[in-house]
Amino acid sequence: MSDAIERTSAPWDYAPAPESRELVKLQDRYGLFIGGAFVEPKSGRSYTTIDPSSEEPLAEVAEAGAQDVARAVEAAREAADGWQALPGAERAKYLFRIARQLQERAREFAVLESMNGGKPIKESRDIDLPLAAAHFFYYAGWADKLAYAFPGRSPRPLGVAGQIIPWNFPLLMASWKLAPALAAGNTAVLKPAETTPLTALLLAQVIQEAELPPGVVNILTGAGSTGAALVDAPVDKIAFTGSTEVGKAIRRATAGTGKRLTLELGGKAANIVFEDAPLDQAVEGVVNGIFFNQGHVCCAGSRLLVQEPVFEVLLDKLKQRLQTLRLGDPLDKNTDIGAINSRAQLEKIEALVATGQQEGAELYQPDCALPERGFWFRPSLFTGVTQSHRIAREEIFGPVLSILTFRTPEEAVTKANDTPYGLSAGIWTEKGSRILWMAQRMRAGVVWANTFNRFDPTSPFGGYQESGFGREGGLHGLAPYLALDGPPA
Amino acid sequence: MSERVPVRRTAKLFIAGTFPRSESGRSYEVTSHDGRPLAHAAQASRKDLREAVVAARAAQSGWAAMTAYNRGQILYRVAELMEGRRGQFEAELADAGAADPVRGVSAAIDRWVWYAGWADKIAQVAGSSNPVAGPYFNFTIPEPTGVVGIVAPPDQSLLGLVSRLAPAIVSGNTAVVIASEPAPLPAVSLGEVLATSDVPAGVVNILTGRTAELVPWLAGHMDVNAIDVTGVPEDLLTEAETLAAENVKRVHRGPKTDPFDAAAQGPAEITALMEFKTVWHPMGA
Amino acid sequence: MSQAAPLARLAPAPVAMPGDAARLVARSPAVDAVGLEGRAASLATRSIKQASKRRALELAIRCMDLTTLEGSDTPGKIVALCAKAVRPDPLEPTIPSVAAVCLYPQLVPVAVEQLANSSVAVASVAGGFPSGLGPLEARLAEIRAVAASGADEIDIVLNRSLFLGGRYADAFAELVAAREAAGTAHLKVILETGELGSYDRVRQASVLAMAAGADFIKTSTGKIGVNATLPIALCMMEAVREFHAQTGRAVGVKVAGGIRKSKQAIQYLVVLHETLGTHWLTPERFRIGASSLLNDILMQLSKGATGRYAGPDYFTDD
Repeated sequence: MSDAIERTSAPWDYAPAPESRELVKLQDRYGLFIGGAFVEPKSGRSYTTIDPSSEEPLAEVAEAGAQDVARAVEAAREAADGWQALPGAERAKYLFRIARQLQERAREFAVLESMNGGKPIKESRDIDLPLAAAHFFYYAGWADKLAYAFPGRSPRPLGVAGQIIPWNFPLLMASWKLAPALAAGNTAVLKPAETTPLTALLLAQVIQEAELPPGVVNILTGAGSTGAALVDAPVDKIAFTGSTEVGKAIRRATAGTGKRLTLELGGKAANIVFEDAPLDQAVEGVVNGIFFNQGHVCCAGSRLLVQEPVFEVLLDKLKQRLQTLRLGDPLDKNTDIGAINSRAQLEKIEALVATGQQEGAELYQPDCALPERGFWFRPSLFTGVTQSHRIAREEIFGPVLSILTFRTPEEAVTKANDTPYGLSAGIWTEKGSRILWMAQRMRAGVVWANTFNRFDPTSPFGGYQESGFGREGGLHGLAPYLALDGPPA
Repeated sequence: MSERVPVRRTAKLFIAGTFPRSESGRSYEVTSHDGRPLAHAAQASRKDLREAVVAARAAQSGWAAMTAYNRGQILYRVAELMEGRRGQFEAELADAGAADPVRGVSAAIDRWVWYAGWADKIAQVAGSSNPVAGPYFNFTIPEPTGVVGIVAPPDQSLLGLVSRLAPAIVSGNTAVVIASEPAPLPAVSLGEVLATSDVPAGVVNILTGRTAELVPWLAGHMDVNAIDVTGVPEDLLTEAETLAAENVKRVHRGPKTDPFDAAAQGPAEITALMEFKTVWHPMGA
Repeated sequence: MSQAAPLARLAPAPVAMPGDAARLVARSPAVDAVGLEGRAASLATRSIKQASKRRALELAIRCMDLTTLEGSDTPGKIVALCAKAVRPDPLEPTIPSVAAVCLYPQLVPVAVEQLANSSVAVASVAGGFPSGLGPLEARLAEIRAVAASGADEIDIVLNRSLFLGGRYADAFAELVAAREAAGTAHLKVILETGELGSYDRVRQASVLAMAAGADFIKTSTGKIGVNATLPIALCMMEAVREFHAQTGRAVGVKVAGGIRKSKQAIQYLVVLHETLGTHWLTPERFRIGASSLLNDILMQLSKGATGRYAGPDYFTDD
């Protein structure tokens, strides 16, 4: 039998299993999508978008300026009356078309999402795409049922919505914004993130194929200034997902304008593990909580609060589990950890991690090789962290977990709530009454019990306090796009 | 040059995803509104009905266990298939004497889509969390009642059928349908659409035949949880409700409005065939 | 295999007393079903290609217990099975032998004779397989007899009647007695996970079997409707990992029942690899009980070698 052991002592490396890039037909350059067509930017400016896993250029995209923003808002305004006047059942059928196309072209979209954003193909394929299609599907069904969503009221659309989305779930965020806005009868101007324009531009093609009336959706690629111009434009509503800092700036910029506003901002979620938790599944939940999408997740479980008696055991299991994480080419189907989205983000992560070490916390990283080109960061754990450490308070937005301990449920609640953020939280325990008791006390808009990072179009998502206001998903996700203060039905 | 001989239609029952003739061997002549012979439809017997209920029961737990999203998707696809067959449906409605077959088919497809969109929403509108006066988490969720018998209206034989069937199955019920007796062909075609869709076998079963013969067997069946009596003739209604009492069937009648009216559809048509379950759980550290 | 082992092996000793059994069960960790199934489903999406696929398929053969457990098994059938076990593909001598054949006690002597000069072990079920509910003495006598007739490995069943009835001390005591009756033969304890009702129970049963001195814990008899599944295997492997961390003893895992396709075999290897690591990727610590799987693997290997999809006519039925 010694022969058998020798032959298996070499690691089993799975061999490269790359998803093909052939499916994606990239243009050399893209214009802005305004009034149902791709047009040249009046700003005359464009920039190159890259693949963060290799720093290879992918395409040239337009940088919309103030005039382009004005043009897009005008197109949306022109289309608004006609879109609102359509019977809800007809609006619904347009949205069903978009949902269906996202399903039919799911693989193409998933590959493009991973190429442009850096996330592993298994995530874009298994999570981003199905959820994006599902959001359109879900809200399509509300378009002709608004009276039942708000009984006794006659809901009216607001008009034109300006929507600014981040780079961590580019297509999914686009669907979270567009689906409810359109179902409610609004038209939209969408501004994708600077580093991830490509799936939004492919979505524009889908919108053309669905023959959505021109101007109902307009898509402006560009940088921060484009977003700022959109915030200042004559729209009726602004929806923003991004950093708390920018969210506050948008709140200030819209003050006194009468524009409706929803913000989905940052977080520093506590993932709480009790002694009686199903530990092996809790490990999966903790790992998923912080390393899913390289930790580029507003609701990431970035603080692990573990009940002291199981600290050693859990830490040991976590370290072992981190060693099985596969970091590398986002397009490889076996990759668990992809690339950091940009050089800028990588530098932020590195700076905060250095701070953590200086503050005296102990860093653990598994020994995985980093590719030479591209932006990469190993999945990391910090132990010896206290609430007063910067790495316990500030959002790192990277694959870095800070581990703290607690003794009692009361203490866990206090520590979990001890943050200006309030987006999400995780609770791991076998005791049902404790789950509900904790959930009642958590100042967080989303509480996951014995699971983490679960999303569904029917399930409202959003934060308390500085994690923003307003909800996306579910019945509650319709209200931000409607005027409900008119005379009752 | 002689005219091409068309291949004529056989109209059979739709049970457990297959198309059997009636075990009784009977059929009856279906004629157009102006007396032209169209086909011989199977004339279902009480044994066919019995088999249909068995099929519906067998399929019910699986259909209800699918995610709401999945059911919604499957039903949306049925609408895609209906749209593809609209020519056949329009011709059948014309033969049945419909004033505007195109309008009738469009309305039926759009109504089907409308109800498909409720699959993942009905729980949000009909369920609740209830603020009880104590440290308990308390929530109410609607669940499908089980096997639903449906007596389809004799006229409006597509829109009327869709208006009864779609709200019944979207929540996870399965159905045994007694089709319109004078104009059963749209129901037969709908069965063919369902057979080629992703709706699992047994979720919908369609019986053509004599309404008066079949209604008592459906109304009295002890393994049917609810009955939609919209298409039951007035002179049979009392008997149907009396028979339904034996296993405390839920009895529901659809709205008495013009089926083309928006008031003819509503989430109440779905919840009428659902049960409400309320759960309590203490909240304590 | 019946080649005399160079050294008499020491069978693993129980690490607990029957009086501890209830406590072992009570302290066994909870298993969240949704989380467990999610992890297994995620591992099932691993894409194993090219050389690593070939390596996995060959490993699957080397870890296979080629099984026949039919009332109609005759010496003739066993002779053919043993030939297939030693040389799965007569036209491809590079394809390795399987780990063992697995059969009913009456056929053990036939297999022992057939496999005398091979590396293939002889495994037999014993102990009132598959229900395990005959008189205890008869069951233990069967185990001793099978060991004496030359079986290298013995697969017995956990007494589910005792276990599900909460009589943990008795269930444990029976396992310890079976361990003793098996002598130095490798003892596999079949948990019959399809009857246990929840993953918590699978974990508890795994703990009991390992504490009693099992060399392997095994999923199923293959005689009921629900057999091995990826989540069940994952649950058992997590139990094995925990036991190893606590006691230093490495227990093996055998998955059996319903594994007919190469793709499934590879999925089990992935779950094994990512839960227990490279040192479990060996027939010493992992087995697949199967019969028709072998030909499916041969077809996959053939596709890998020739680039063409194979057909069943090109491989022997037995």
